[in-house]
Amino acid sequence: MPPRKGENYELSVDLNSGYPEKRRDAIKRVIASMTVGKDVSGLFPDVLKNMQTDDLEQKKLVYLYLMNYAKTQPELVILAVNTFVKDTDDPNPLVRALAIRTMGVLRAEKIIDYLCDPLQKCLRDENPYVRKTAALCVAKLYDLKPELVLENGFLEQLHDMIADSNPMVVANTVAALTDIHIAASAQPSTSTEPDPALFIISTAVLNRLLIALPECSEWGRVVVLNALARYVAQDEKESDHICERVVPQFQHANGSVVLAAVKVIMIHIRGVKREDLVKQLIRKMAPPLVTLLSSPAEVQWVALRNINLLLQKRPEILANEMRVFFCKYNDPLYVKIEKLDIMVRLAAESNVDALLSELKEYASEVDVDFVRKSIKAIGQTAVKIDEAAERCVNVLLDLIATRVSYVVQEAVVVMKDIFRKYPSTYEGVIPTLCANLDELDEPEAKASLIWIIGEYANKIDNADELLGVFVDTFIEESYSVQLQTLTAVVKLFLKKPESSQGVVQRVLNTATKDCDSPDVRDRAYIYWRLLSTDPGAAKAVVLAHRPPISIPRTTVAPGLLEELLGEISSLASVYHKPEETFIGQGRVGVDSVRQAGEFDDAFSAQKALQTVAQGQQAENLLDFGDDLAGDAPSGLAATEVLVQQQPAARNLVTGLSENPLDDLVSIFGGANMGMGGGAMGSAFGGGVFGGSAFGGAPAVQAPPVSSSALAASPLAASPPTTHTAQQPQEDLLGLF
Amino acid sequence: MISAFFIFNQKGEVLISRLYRTDFKRSIADVFRIQVVSSSDVRSPIVTLGSTSFFHVRINSLYVVAVTKNNANAALVFEFCYRFINICKSYFGKIDEESIKNNFVLIYELIDEINDFGYPQNSEIDTLKTYITTESIVSSAIAAEESSKITAQATGATSWRRSDVKYKKNEAFVDVVESVNLSMSAKGTVLRADVDGHIQMRAYLSGTPECKFGLNDKLVIDKSQQGISDAVELDDCRFHQCVRLDEFDATRTISFIPPDGEFELMRYRSTSNVKLPLRVIPTVTEIGTTQVSYTVTVKANFNNKLSATDVVLRIPTPLNTTAVDCQVATGKAKYVPGENVVVWKLSRLQGGQECTLSATADLTSTTHRQVWARPPIDVDFQVLMFTSSGLIVRFLKVFEKSNYNSIKWVRYLTKASGSYQIRF
Repeated sequence: MPPRKGENYELSVDLNSGYPEKRRDAIKRVIASMTVGKDVSGLFPDVLKNMQTDDLEQKKLVYLYLMNYAKTQPELVILAVNTFVKDTDDPNPLVRALAIRTMGVLRAEKIIDYLCDPLQKCLRDENPYVRKTAALCVAKLYDLKPELVLENGFLEQLHDMIADSNPMVVANTVAALTDIHIAASAQPSTSTEPDPALFIISTAVLNRLLIALPECSEWGRVVVLNALARYVAQDEKESDHICERVVPQFQHANGSVVLAAVKVIMIHIRGVKREDLVKQLIRKMAPPLVTLLSSPAEVQWVALRNINLLLQKRPEILANEMRVFFCKYNDPLYVKIEKLDIMVRLAAESNVDALLSELKEYASEVDVDFVRKSIKAIGQTAVKIDEAAERCVNVLLDLIATRVSYVVQEAVVVMKDIFRKYPSTYEGVIPTLCANLDELDEPEAKASLIWIIGEYANKIDNADELLGVFVDTFIEESYSVQLQTLTAVVKLFLKKPESSQGVVQRVLNTATKDCDSPDVRDRAYIYWRLLSTDPGAAKAVVLAHRPPISIPRTTVAPGLLEELLGEISSLASVYHKPEETFIGQGRVGVDSVRQAGEFDDAFSAQKALQTVAQGQQAENLLDFGDDLAGDAPSGLAATEVLVQQQPAARNLVTGLSENPLDDLVSIFGGANMGMGGGAMGSAFGGGVFGGSAFGGAPAVQAPPVSSSALAASPLAASPPTTHTAQQPQEDLLGLF
Repeated sequence: MISAFFIFNQKGEVLISRLYRTDFKRSIADVFRIQVVSSSDVRSPIVTLGSTSFFHVRINSLYVVAVTKNNANAALVFEFCYRFINICKSYFGKIDEESIKNNFVLIYELIDEINDFGYPQNSEIDTLKTYITTESIVSSAIAAEESSKITAQATGATSWRRSDVKYKKNEAFVDVVESVNLSMSAKGTVLRADVDGHIQMRAYLSGTPECKFGLNDKLVIDKSQQGISDAVELDDCRFHQCVRLDEFDATRTISFIPPDGEFELMRYRSTSNVKLPLRVIPTVTEIGTTQVSYTVTVKANFNNKLSATDVVLRIPTPLNTTAVDCQVATGKAKYVPGENVVVWKLSRLQGGQECTLSATADLTSTTHRQVWARPPIDVDFQVLMFTSSGLIVRFLKVFEKSNYNSIKWVRYLTKASGSYQIRF
C-alpha cells in the first residue's frame, strides 16, 4: 500500500476523480513529473484507467506514459491491450494510427503477441495515414522480435507497398525496409542463403522510387534518395537516367534533401561516361552547395565538412567561388575553421592576393585558435603556390612585427615549413626570426626556430651562441626541443667544426647522461658514434639533401575518400572517418586489422589503425550499456588482451602516451611479428617513416616536429620497434 | 535516424524528453549535461561519445538536442531540429524556457507526430495545425470523417493544402525580402557582396489554385541563354516543396499549388551586380595611445523617393575606452560600454542623403599594450521597395476551376542585420 500522502498519492486520488477535468489535469502533472525524471511508475494502474477516452489529447498523454513505463510493469501492460486492439478498429484514422504507432514501441513481450493481427489489418487500411504508420511499425516489430516479422509475412507485404499509390506510404515503407536491412546486416549471418530481411533494390524498385521521388515530402525524399544511393547501376544508361532524375532535387529548400541528392550524384556519376553530362552535373552542383552556406550555422558546418570532401575528389567544383568562404566576423569558430581549410584548398594564383589580405585580417582577431589556424593557412598557401611564396613571407613578417606572442610563435613555425619547401630562398628573414628568440615559450615554436638555425648554421654568424642558450637549458626543455637542439648542434658542428667543438661535446654529454628520454639518448648515441667513427658519413646522413614538402591534395586515403563520398551528409562524412570508428563496440576494428594483414592495402591498414584506437578509446570513455552489457566484454576484452601483451597499448588506452602514433606502430609491429605477415608493417613504415626523410607529403599536416618527422637521419627511424631499439643501444654502450 | 529528442534549459535540466528508440536509458540526458552544458570548451555542434552522438542547436539559452546511435544523416538531424523550432514559433510565438514549460503537452504531441521511430514525418505547419490544436479534439463519428480528410491531406501529394479552402475575396501577397551581406575592406574595396533573398507568399485563394510565377531572372546555370535585357543573375534558387522541381529543371517555370496562408515560396542567392544601398566611409585614427578619433560618413545610395529606415551603425571602440564624445547632425549616437561600441541610430535616411558622425574615444593607459583587433563596423537597415539584386516579380498567374479573379500584391524589402560589415 503506498503512503497516503505525498505528491504521488495526491496524483493517484486525482487520477481516480469523478470529474474528467481533474483527471485530465492529473495526467498532465504525471507527464510533467516524468519529464523531470521523477519516478511515477507507481501510478501505472491509475493512469491506465484513463486510457479509455474520447479525448484524443488525453489518450496521447496516457500512451506517452505507457511508452515510458511499459517495460517496468510488464504484467500490468496486458490490461491495456484490449483498448489498443479496440482502437485499431476505431472509425477515426488518427486513432487507428495512434494505437498502432504506440503498440510498436511498448517493448513488452505480452503486447507484441497481440500486435500482429491489428498490424496485418492496418497495413491494408484504406487510409494512407494509417498505412504509413503501420509500415514503420513493422520495423519496430523487427527490432523487438525479428522472427515474428518473418513468420507473418510482413516483409512481403512491405515489398508490395513500395508500389503504393501514396508517396508518403512509399517513403515510410522504404524507411522501414532500410531500417530492417541495417539491423539484419549487422547480425552475423548463420545460413548460406541470403537473409530475406536484406533490402535489395532491384530495377523494378528503382523505377518505383524514381516515380515517387518528386512527390514525396521533404523527409521522404531523403529516405528515397538514400535508397537510390544504394542501388547498383547495371549500365551507363541507367546511371545517366538516375542522375538526370535526381538533379532537380538540388533546388529543394531543405538542405538535407540537397546533400542527399549530391550523394546520389557522386555515387552514380562514377557510371556516367559522357563527358558533357559529367560536366553539366558538376556545374549544377556548385550553386546549391554555396547556397547551403546561408543556412543556420550547424547545417552550414555539416555542408562545409562535406564540401571539403567533395573538393578533395573534384577540386574544380568551386574553383571560382573562394570569396563565398570568407569568414564573417560573427561566424561560430567551428564554421570559421572549416572555411579556412576550404579557402586554402581553393587557393590559386588568380585569387591568392584576396586570400592573403583576408588571412592577415583574421590574424588580428581575438580567438587564439582561429588566429593560429589563419597563420598556418598562410604557410600552407606559400607551400602550395610557388609564385605567392614571397607575398606570404611578407605577410608573415608584418605579423611578426606586431609582437603578439602567439602570433610570433605561430609565424615562426610556419616559416620553418616555408624554409623546408624553398630552401635557401628567404634567408634574409632569419635575423628577424632570431630577434624573437627570447619570446618563444612554446616547444613547437622553439623547435622550429632551432631547426632553422641548424639548417642555416653556416650563414648565421652567432649560431653557436644562439644554440648555446638552448644547450644550457637542455634538461628543462621538452623532448621535441631537445631532439632539435641535438640535431641542430651537430649540423652546426659539421658546418663550422672549428668554433663549435665545445658546444657539441656539451650537448652530447648532457643528452646521453642526464636525459631521461630514450629517443633523445638514442639519437645522441648515434650522432656520437657517427661523429667519432666517420665524419664523412655523418655529413652524408645529417646534412643529406631532403626533397621539398608539399601540401597534400587529400587529407584522407583515396579508398576512404570514395567510401565517404558515398556517405555524404552522414556523421562519417562530417568526421572524415569511417563509420566503424565511432559506431559499435570496437569489434569491427579487430576484424579489419586481420583483413589489413591479408590484403596488404594501405587504406584498410590505416582504417584499422584509426578504428582500433578511436573505437576502443571511445567505448572506454563512456559505458552506457545497460541493455548492451552482454555485448560489451568483446570490445573491452579485446582491449584488455592488447593491454596485457603490449606495454605501448597500455599507454594508449590509459591515454598516457606522448606520441600515440609511435605506440600504435609498436602495437602493430609486435602483432605483426606474431602473425608473421610483413605486409602491414611495411604499410605503416611507408606511411609513418616516410616523414623521417622529409619526403613525406603528410609532414605538414602531421605534427611536424614529432620525434621522427624532423629527424635528420634515416637511422633515427629505428626506435619504434622495441626489438631493434634495444640492440643498438647495447652495441653503443659497448662502444663507449 | 534520431533515437531521442531532448530540450534542456541553460542549467542542463530536462524540459522535454522523448525516446524514439530504446537504444538507451534516460540517463543519457545526464551525459549531455556533463559533457556539453557544463563543459566550457564545446567547439562543435555535434559531440560524439562512444557510439552516441549529440546534435545540439542553441536557441534563447535552450538546447534542442537530438541523439543518435548510428551513422546518422547529420544534415537531416539539424534540419529537423530547426523545423521543430519553427513549428514551435508558429504555435506559440517564441521559444524559451517559459513557453516550453507552458506548452509541454502540445510539444509532446508535436514531436510524436513529426517523428516516428526516429524518422521525420510530415512537418508542414499548416497541416499540423488542422489536427494538433491547443484545444482538445473529441473523437466521435463526425470527427472521424473530418480526420479522414486531414489524414488524406497529411499524406497526399499536396500534403500542404486542404482542398476545401474558401475565400470571399481571392488575394495573394508576395513579399520579396532580401538581406544583403557585405564585407568591405578598409581600403573600400568590396571583398564580398551577396544577396540572400526569399520570396514570402501569403495566399488567400479558394479551391485548388494552380499558380505560375515569373521573375526577371536568368539563372547563371544557363549563361548561354539570352534573357531579357534587365534580367538579374541568380546564382541559385531553392523552392518550397510545393514547387514542381522537375518542371523548373526542364523549362524554368515556377509552377505550384500553394499552401493556404503564409509560406516561403523560394530562396535565392545572387552575387553579381549587387547594389549596395548604404555606403559607409570610416576614417579612424589612433592618436597616440590615449585617443581614437572617428569620422564616419554614411550615404544612401538609392533613388531619392525611397528611404532607409531603422538604420543602426555599430562602431567598435578599443577595449580600454573610458568615454566617447560623439557629435552627430542627424540621429542619435551613444557609447555602449558593455559592448564596446558606439551605437548610432538614424530612424530615417532619405535616398541620396549623407550624414556624418564625428567622435573621440578616450582610452586608459594600460601596462600591457595589445594591438586593437579593430572589429568591423556593422550596419543594420531596411529599405522598402528596393531590391539589392534588382529582382522584380514579372507576373503571378492563378488558374482555378471556378475561374475567379484574384488580386495580387507585391512588396519589396531589402535589409541587413549583422552581416553588413565595413572594416577600417
